[in-house]
Amino acid sequence: MMETVTKTPTKESYTEDIKYKLIAENIYASYDGIVAVKNVSMKFRDRAVTALIGPSGCGKTTFLRCLNRMHELTKNATLTGKVLLDGEDLYSNKVDPIINRRKIGMVFQKPNPFPTMSIYDNVACGLKLNGVRDRKILDEVVEGCLKMASLWDEVKGDLKKPGMSLSGGQQQRLCIDRALAIQPEVLLMDEPASALDPIATQKIEEMIQELKKEYTIIIVTHNMQQATRVSDYTGFMYLGDLVEFGETKQIFENPRNETTAKYVQGQFG
Amino acid sequence: MVDPLISGLITKCIMMTIKMKKGSPHVDKIFKYVAIGAATYVLAIIALIVFNLGTGSAQVWQQEGISFLTGSDWNSVEGRESYGAAPYIMGTLVNAGIAMAIAIPLSFGIAMFLSELSPRLLRTPLAMVIELLAAVPSVVYGLWGLLVFRSYIKDWIEAPLHNVFGDNSIIFAGTPFGLDILTASIVLAIMIIPTIASISKEIMMAVPNSQREAAYMLGATKWEAFRLAVLPYSKSGLIGACILGLGRAVGETMAVTMLIGNATGAAAFPSSLFQPGQTLASIVANEFAEASQGGLHLAALVGIGLILFMMAFAINVVAHLLVAKVVKSHEGAVLA
Amino acid sequence: MITPEQRAEFRTYFRYNVGRRLLLDKIVKGTVFLCVVVAIVPLIAILVDVFTNGSAALSWDFLTKIPGAVGSDDPGGIGPAIQGTIVLIGLSSLIGVPVGVMGGIFLSEYGNNRYGRTVRFFNDVLAEFPTIVIGVFTFVLVVLTIGNFSVWAGSFALSIVMLPIVMRTTEESLKLVPVTYREAGYALGIRRYRVVFTIVLNSAKSGLVTGILLSVARIAGETAPLVFTILGSSQFINGLDGPIDALPLRIWRLSSLPYDSAVTQGWGAAFVLIILVLSINIGVRYLFLQKKEKTFLKFKRLGAIS
Ligand SMILES: Nc1ncnc2c1ncn2[C@@H]1O[C@H](COP(=O)(O)OP(=O)(O)O)[C@@H](O)[C@H]1O
Ligand SMILES: [Mg+2]
Repeated sequence: MMETVTKTPTKESYTEDIKYKLIAENIYASYDGIVAVKNVSMKFRDRAVTALIGPSGCGKTTFLRCLNRMHELTKNATLTGKVLLDGEDLYSNKVDPIINRRKIGMVFQKPNPFPTMSIYDNVACGLKLNGVRDRKILDEVVEGCLKMASLWDEVKGDLKKPGMSLSGGQQQRLCIDRALAIQPEVLLMDEPASALDPIATQKIEEMIQELKKEYTIIIVTHNMQQATRVSDYTGFMYLGDLVEFGETKQIFENPRNETTAKYVQGQFG
Repeated sequence: MVDPLISGLITKCIMMTIKMKKGSPHVDKIFKYVAIGAATYVLAIIALIVFNLGTGSAQVWQQEGISFLTGSDWNSVEGRESYGAAPYIMGTLVNAGIAMAIAIPLSFGIAMFLSELSPRLLRTPLAMVIELLAAVPSVVYGLWGLLVFRSYIKDWIEAPLHNVFGDNSIIFAGTPFGLDILTASIVLAIMIIPTIASISKEIMMAVPNSQREAAYMLGATKWEAFRLAVLPYSKSGLIGACILGLGRAVGETMAVTMLIGNATGAAAFPSSLFQPGQTLASIVANEFAEASQGGLHLAALVGIGLILFMMAFAINVVAHLLVAKVVKSHEGAVLA
Repeated sequence: MITPEQRAEFRTYFRYNVGRRLLLDKIVKGTVFLCVVVAIVPLIAILVDVFTNGSAALSWDFLTKIPGAVGSDDPGGIGPAIQGTIVLIGLSSLIGVPVGVMGGIFLSEYGNNRYGRTVRFFNDVLAEFPTIVIGVFTFVLVVLTIGNFSVWAGSFALSIVMLPIVMRTTEESLKLVPVTYREAGYALGIRRYRVVFTIVLNSAKSGLVTGILLSVARIAGETAPLVFTILGSSQFINGLDGPIDALPLRIWRLSSLPYDSAVTQGWGAAFVLIILVLSINIGVRYLFLQKKEKTFLKFKRLGAIS
């Protein structure tokens, strides 16, 4: 089955689309009045990995940040459009953004662990924030998360060491754990491996495959091999537009759009 | 930023065209020694300060010994001369302490507002006003305190407090007069707020946004993001800013001298807020004109200068070590 | 590995407390706002009071005449004080600027070693010394030795106040000049001093000027070092080895006089002083809003200026 979203979204009722975890509708996002994302609509399946590819500066990060209301934290940033999580509008005035951000974890391009916190606290801080005080539960979640990133064996002896003492790849996996600890439903990853070496990258890709069983994952990458390796669906963005969106296999082997074809063949980017 | 390679090339071309002279090796050596000399000048000055304050006050240390530090007599009448700095040391600490207690929360409030909450339109002018106020000379604060603030504080703060608590309460005892420890320390607080606030703001703004975003991602509110991401990251820098403020509060002379009421001797031991006090700096400024050259009185004042020097020195060494540590750990965080 | 069942269980332990947390957030924001208001009101009041009271005192006579006899009908002016401040700034810069700039050059070009770090550290500490200590020191060193209060003594004291500021800001400005500029010079076999003078100082000009101007603004308002060195005077300058008046000193003297005319004059002198100090500060900021702000920010972060 193929999901191609054209630039004019089809008027479907959302109850029929419940199989989609996250739906973005007509997103326009701009900085200082300069539009970075133009009328992008996309639907994300649960328990699947969707990759966003495109040359740098095409608005992938911006679009991703619209999906958990992170975009509005940037100064002079504006946004229109809708984002539906399980059919509920993230941008409705009724819910405070802090409630929804918690449900949508995010991993940033550069690892950003809290430098003054220990490895343990880096993972546990989100739980503490959300009112988990029970030491036993905290220990259990921290261990579970660290195991999920196969970081456990590497750090179990020194959970008290500062998060900054880890290597770049370990730091990034720690950041993924930090996002996973609060038990989100969706995981947004912005070029999570762009600053890492091949081995660390491979570890993260393996982890994504594992996480996919339970999460809706959206990953931005400009590494096309990575997109083919990890994703089920792929969206190609160019100059703020979503040019083409479909199954990864189709996008890479049989693109319908000329620009897409040029990009996946590596003719620019 | 221009690519360093390219900028290097550009410079090269520019220099080729202006046909630079290469310079002589002798001048090069002289230049280096002059530079070293200028840097050494700073160390020499500090050494000279210690030496001169030491010799200038030798007389009083000989005469009074340790009781110059511990004693509280202060009598410059010839034949009955006796000098003890204890009340002024206490006065300095109490005065600076109260000022810090007022200034730190308010400064952090301002810094937090400017770095985290303020709309952009308000931020620049507000930050600018705060910075400019840090540049206003202390004597102007003193003048304002004396001519304007004093009567407000007397009528609106001191009188009501005195009426409620009466003479039996130790810290509110005495008839409010307006020239006392309270006025001096509040004006001192007003003076150091701009300093602490603007340094703290810079330190908070230096926290990378990615840290705040990590906190927001976890579902933090603004305050929680501040507590989770900004505060731990900038903690030692903020402590450094406070200690720097403390150093200024301890050494601040003119405004305090104009407002503290100038008690001497045992009476200057701080007890009530509404009582005239005296600090190390203020007693020197006040009595200096009366001290005759070569006398014990003058030596005592120079000795007080030496005590103040030691205090300020210790405070600033700690502050700079802290700030240096922050800068280092920040660089580490950026590199890692 | 966390199973979905475990995950569901974990979720039951979450106490999101969103309402309470948002309330706390509001309370903190309110408190912060209150802090800003409480702190900013007296600060603004100072400026407003000085400007309104001070501008009332201004007149040509006030700016140029000598002070009248204490308590007499003719209050006179603050001419000697203005003259003295200008002379003191000039003379202290004569010592403070070259030594400070050379010291800054040392720190940036030759200071990447133990000695450099020591000097930098003590320079930072010296910048924060109570200026009254510098006053007492100069009194002991210069005034007691020579035997009288003098313009020289005051200038020397003020030069010590300005020296560390100039040195530190010079160092920071020079450090911002890309290494490649220097390397390009060295590659051509040009000696270090010529590289510094022609390339480095030239590129760091605006930072240098800023540091010097800010240090001038700082010493213009210094009172404590002057009390012990220039004594104060009600006459125009009469040789560099005699006493002299200065604006901050005059303000202090006026503030202790019980006459209305003295109060008015005090405000007037404070107004002139504030205009001098603030115009330098605003000017420098304006200059830097146009140009690169980097040095300026760095100065601020270091607390070298505030
Ligand atoms: N904070 C910002 N302020 C202003 N413009 C921005 C900001 N972030 C990104 N942009 C602009 O928005 C456009 C899209 O950027 P981004 O979403 O980061 O692209 P990508 O992640 O695909 O490389 C770019 O043109 C970029 O210059
Ligand atoms: Mg990006």
